[in-house]
Amino acid sequence: DKHPKWVEILDAKTKDKLCFLDKVEPNATIGEIKSMFHKSHPQWYPARQSIRLDPKGKSLKDEDVLQHLPVGTTATFYFRDLGAQISWVTVFLTEYTGPLVIYLMFYFRVPFIYASKYDFTTSKHWVVHLACMCHSFHYVKRLLETLFVHRFSHGTMPLRNIFKNCTYYWGFAAWMAYYINHPLYTPPIYGEQQIRLALIIFLFCQIGNFSIHIALRNLRPPGSKTRKIPYPTKNPFTWIFLLVSCPNYTYELGSWLGFTLMTQCLPVAFFTLVGFVQMTVWAKGKHRSYLKEFRDYPPLRSPILPFIL
Amino acid sequence: MASSEEDGTVEEKENNNKKRTKSALVTAWLTFYNIAMTAGWLVLAITMMRFYIQRGTHKGLYRSIARTLKFFQTFALVEVGHCAIGIVKTSVIVNGVQVCSRIFMVWFVTNSIRQIQNEESVILFLVVWTVMEISRYSYYTFSLLHHLPYFIKWARYNFFIVLYPLGVAGELLTIYAALPFVRRSGMYSMRLPNKYNVSFDYYYCLIIVMLSYIPLFPQLYLHMLRQRRRVLHGEVIVEKDE
Repeated sequence: DKHPKWVEILDAKTKDKLCFLDKVEPNATIGEIKSMFHKSHPQWYPARQSIRLDPKGKSLKDEDVLQHLPVGTTATFYFRDLGAQISWVTVFLTEYTGPLVIYLMFYFRVPFIYASKYDFTTSKHWVVHLACMCHSFHYVKRLLETLFVHRFSHGTMPLRNIFKNCTYYWGFAAWMAYYINHPLYTPPIYGEQQIRLALIIFLFCQIGNFSIHIALRNLRPPGSKTRKIPYPTKNPFTWIFLLVSCPNYTYELGSWLGFTLMTQCLPVAFFTLVGFVQMTVWAKGKHRSYLKEFRDYPPLRSPILPFIL
Repeated sequence: MASSEEDGTVEEKENNNKKRTKSALVTAWLTFYNIAMTAGWLVLAITMMRFYIQRGTHKGLYRSIARTLKFFQTFALVEVGHCAIGIVKTSVIVNGVQVCSRIFMVWFVTNSIRQIQNEESVILFLVVWTVMEISRYSYYTFSLLHHLPYFIKWARYNFFIVLYPLGVAGELLTIYAALPFVRRSGMYSMRLPNKYNVSFDYYYCLIIVMLSYIPLFPQLYLHMLRQRRRVLHGEVIVEKDE
């Protein structure tokens, strides 16, 4: 059917007619229709539009083509406002820069945190310096990955997420940093052995996590939205793909376990636990969607912990 | 604030005409549970009244009902289980927060800080809780038995209007009265240096708990008001959606 179509857009809740477009090309994409809708309603930029065939149905994708959808000569779509949106990159950069800066403020014992006689002093324990280097390295790595490695499949997320996420990251960073850099900090019980083991675990998992991010990036050529099953590559750190669907989360957990061991600090343990719970939820979701999408998905894999979870 | 009002009841489930094939066993258990809880809080109410009538004072009243109160309030944890396995249509988190705040009050404030047990504010929230729980549990009981007298429904959805703020006042005044004793004794607190590299000050924790009433109480109260309009007057409230 090569004839131009009419497109009407109704509000999903009130069913009011919001927009009527005539002479829309049958090969137009939803993305293009969103741009046209944006012209008549400038407050709703495309990123905050959810367009669907059914008021309670799933959102259509920007790449969907009009003539491939089950519509007649007049296509009726339902619109839902997703609310103010913010780009993933912006959120990640903000939520990761906070911990980096905040931890350093505690490390350098900026005034008004500890008793004034400690202002701008440094800890006498070398593990505290090591911990600062590890923590800072971790967040610098995350920032660089956000800028140069990650390929985001969604452009934006709801604006309120940035407040929620920053409270989480910044709050925990301050809580951990307060105790690690405290003048009354107690170094690990087993001393050098404990710290050395912790550092090895931490570095191993940092490299592992980075390897997974690179492997995932290489799965998808730039601009393409095809989804593929990740497999182990020549890099030994990716061989964990044999057993786990989301090894980036596995390595992340490992890094924080290492940091907990290194600092022997209960707030760090708590942060690791909370992060683990959240990552497990994400890993299970990702694993489920892999299983749904790919018939031949390797059965040996678990979401986050080999054989366990 | 700590009163356990829920956003969905067993009766509302049936009002929606959804044929829930709830097994007879589940219904029997829930009926038994709600009857038992109604009875428990009735016993508490009667014991409290008898104490006051016989002694003429509220001093020592808390001590006399402490064990019964702890038992029945702690047993309410079972309701969180009900939500978790889905036999009651309420969010686990909503119910969990409410039960936890009650348990916090009972075990971590009145039970452990003996000096405030004779405060008038304790009697205030005890009376509020007793009236609310009796009306709530009897509401559930009668709904399950498909024989709900209107006055019970009326009580459940109207008492809270006055009792909620009174209960909050009782709880806050009690925590406030407890503060100097917590400070002096340093209870539940941990200072640096220690091998876990953490510190905890129960005094400031209680202050944060008191401050948390400010955002939480209005939300709960407005939620109950919306429920009331819906159940008593059949108004359809369009909730702000995500």
